[in-house]
Amino acid sequence: MKHPDLPEPETLLPLQPATFHILLALGAGDRHGYAIIQDVARRTHNQLRLGAGTLYRSLQRMLEQGLIIEIAEPEETDRDDERRRYYRITAYGESVARAEARRLTELVKLARASGFAPERA
Amino acid sequence: MTLLYRALLYLYPASWRAEYGSEMRSVFASRQRDAGGFFGLLALWMEAIPDMIGNAVAVQFDLFRQDVRQALRSLRRSPGFLLTAIAIAAIGIGATTAAFTMVDHVLIRPLPFPHQGQLVVLRENDLQGMGRFWDVSPSNYRDWKRMSRSFESMGAYRGLSVNMTGTQSEPLNIQGGSFTADILPTLGVKPLIGRVFTADDDRDGAPRTVILSYGLWQQLFAGDTSIVGRTIRLDNLPYNVIGVMPASFYFPTREARLWTPMQFPPDVFEDRTNTYIYGLARLKAGVSLEQAQAEMRTIGAQLARAYSKELEHVGISVTLLRDEVSDRTRMMLQVLLGAALCVLLIACLNLANLLTARAMVRRRELAVRTALGAGRERLVRQMLTESVILAIPGGMLGLAIAYAALPMLVRLVPNYLPIAEIPTLDARVLLFALALTVVTGIAFGIIPAVRAGDNTATELREGGRSGGGRREHFRAALVVAEVAFSIALLVGFGLLTRALWRIQAVDPGFRADHVLTLRTSLPMPRYEKTETREPFYRRVLDETRRLPGVTGAAYISFLPMVMGGGIWPVEIAGHPESLANRRTASMRFVTPGYFAAMGIPLFEGRDVREADSNTAPYVAIVSKSFVARYWKNEDPIGRHINFGMHDRTVIGVVGDTRVRGPERNPEPQVYVSWRQPDDVTTWYAPKDLVVRTTGDPYALVSSLRRIIHSADSDLPISDVQTMTEVVDQQTAARRTQLGVLGLFGAIAVLLAAVGIHGLLAFAVSSRTQEIGIRIALGARRADIFNMTVGEGLKLAVAGILGGLVLAYAVGRLLQSLLAGVAPLDAATLSVAVLVALIMTLAGSLLPAMRAVRVDPTVAMRAE
Repeated sequence: MKHPDLPEPETLLPLQPATFHILLALGAGDRHGYAIIQDVARRTHNQLRLGAGTLYRSLQRMLEQGLIIEIAEPEETDRDDERRRYYRITAYGESVARAEARRLTELVKLARASGFAPERA
Repeated sequence: MTLLYRALLYLYPASWRAEYGSEMRSVFASRQRDAGGFFGLLALWMEAIPDMIGNAVAVQFDLFRQDVRQALRSLRRSPGFLLTAIAIAAIGIGATTAAFTMVDHVLIRPLPFPHQGQLVVLRENDLQGMGRFWDVSPSNYRDWKRMSRSFESMGAYRGLSVNMTGTQSEPLNIQGGSFTADILPTLGVKPLIGRVFTADDDRDGAPRTVILSYGLWQQLFAGDTSIVGRTIRLDNLPYNVIGVMPASFYFPTREARLWTPMQFPPDVFEDRTNTYIYGLARLKAGVSLEQAQAEMRTIGAQLARAYSKELEHVGISVTLLRDEVSDRTRMMLQVLLGAALCVLLIACLNLANLLTARAMVRRRELAVRTALGAGRERLVRQMLTESVILAIPGGMLGLAIAYAALPMLVRLVPNYLPIAEIPTLDARVLLFALALTVVTGIAFGIIPAVRAGDNTATELREGGRSGGGRREHFRAALVVAEVAFSIALLVGFGLLTRALWRIQAVDPGFRADHVLTLRTSLPMPRYEKTETREPFYRRVLDETRRLPGVTGAAYISFLPMVMGGGIWPVEIAGHPESLANRRTASMRFVTPGYFAAMGIPLFEGRDVREADSNTAPYVAIVSKSFVARYWKNEDPIGRHINFGMHDRTVIGVVGDTRVRGPERNPEPQVYVSWRQPDDVTTWYAPKDLVVRTTGDPYALVSSLRRIIHSADSDLPISDVQTMTEVVDQQTAARRTQLGVLGLFGAIAVLLAAVGIHGLLAFAVSSRTQEIGIRIALGARRADIFNMTVGEGLKLAVAGILGGLVLAYAVGRLLQSLLAGVAPLDAATLSVAVLVALIMTLAGSLLPAMRAVRVDPTVAMRAE
């Protein structure tokens, strides 16, 4: 379900690595900022550790682009420190993430054809 | 630790901080908790700091780009406003940049010599008379050089004037310098080609050598490098060209075009009062100017004890070469810069006014944006971006204006400085213009921007109708300030104009009209003896006097005002004065008929005659002030004076002339016969021809050229000008300055009028309904007109009152340039006030007429 004002997903490609990773993290469920960082670090085996500056700058741009939305803090959280912002991927965000994944797959196919990438194991 | 993180957060815009600040802190806190151990923390910080800084820059830039886009969009919608604002900014920035460039060039920029801060000029000075400086005698120079320890090197120089013959062109009179071998190494300059002087060139009787300036080399020898080793003829003597200096080299003045070594014949050291050179030295590394001055004071005192007869009260002055700028030049340039800053300030006030008006028109738009969540800081930032964007094309245009204006300001660059005539726009000036642009943009943007951020909420509630009264007051205050500053500028201009008039009205002591002058520098040693000079003078003067229209012709050693020096000590029988206390007078050698040709009145006695020759008794004609000094109530005729190394009898009294120009008091003058003595030096041999005619002086030039060439075809003719031009040159710098100030004043008045117009026009249009109601209720059109104009007048009166206070301060600051005009000169003040009132009327006329034409039915229907 795409908002009529939003551009075609393909026009946003290629995504910044941080953006793509955040989309992947949020694809698994709503998360707050620190959870996103942890999630990304885990998925990438600590290869990508987002700094707070990069994270929130990416989140701000993704909000503007309509890839994600901010949601109210889930009731069940029992943290004692200050309120946290939670983010949720939008349908548009999902389609952009899929488009990016397709683009990367095509790329890997091309690389494989040229002998730069191993055949599927 | 978290404190540092908080500090890093301040790199981000406030809106960002409000949105994400606490989030980022909590993320960082969590990471800190999970980092574990010292090295983990260290790694975290190593990561966090570049992350914070890098992203802050990116966020700021994103925001800036967004603001610029928005500003451009909004400015495109109002091209009239855009053009007006750019033009005003350009005028302010252009004026200030041009003025700064001049000030920088003359007063600030280092001289084109390496380590120029170590270069000092050495002179003899009069310990009794404040601030009188003299040239140095070779014997004193020699002792200074031998005794002093403060200097790395020391040399002597003086001005030079020679005739050049034997080139394809006409004979040329060329100004230059005579240097000892130390001068060029002391200055630290190297020749472009060839070599500089060595101690061998300085020896008395050494082969004659010469170094050419780049300009002369290009002009006469088309830059031919084989010039080195060739011979040129100066004053009919062969000189071997040994080098060419680079184009940027000027010394001792800008006019210098060639240099010869200075040689001291043994006998010049005999007389310690024979002063004709200057010392130039470079301070040793680590020696301060004060230390050098202290050392030279001691040396001066030692010499004064050793030669008390000649050197009592003679000290040594040590001044930085950089400071060889007269106080007057300094003051003139400072006035220029001050006036330019005034124009810039008025321009900024005007722009602030325009932007405030624009913000008021847009206040609903701004209020809506605030309501939609654009924080106040975002709004301020947005508006500042807009004003800086306006300032940038303004600044570029201003730079172009400054560049175009510089050649018009060259008269403010004194020609006695070793610097180029037209300053270059270098990186410093560009940087200055850039800084000025940004500061201007912020200065005129900040107030409207901050104010736009205020009480936006009430705007929405009250709707667009109510005219924010407080803002009208604010804009009125801006206009009042504009009026005040333009009054200050007008008064400054007026006072300096009055001063110029007063100076131009000073009687020079001669009748300048209808007198043509030209110079025929007589080459020495060919014309060293009177026997060779006399036939030349006689032939030229006789033939000149026979030309139709010519009523008088004579030769003099130096024209008044062209040369202020030539000052000699006077000794008078019956007025015992020690050598050191001697008073001085200016000495001029004249041929018969000089006073008649110049229109100088002869009050008593007679003019010099052909018969006043070397073998006849020596005579002198003195000016009235000379008589007043020595023989107040006595008859001067027949009295004796010892002057110019001879005993002379006073044979006549003439009127005083302003030898040093209209602004400086001259020494009394003594005129002596051109034949007494026989062997005057090049310097004192009469060379300036003055011719009085009944017709156009310039009509004589070709005949005079023919006459002089037939008398001596090798003689160059230079400095062809009328005496009126000579007198006018005295005020050239002032007139340039006034022209600039007048232009600035006109701009200021125009801008203030625009400001008044803008304010009233806005008031009228936002009060159309009120005016409509008033008319409907029976107010007469004349009342409406008076009301609008009256509001303008109220502003003007407030501005004028403030302006008069400013003007008084300006007058006091200018006092040393005012030539006696009072800082509170009533006529000047009244004219300035009148101009301000006329400007107010002009500015309020259109809005008042629009107010009168308001149709009540239309105005009320719009409700």
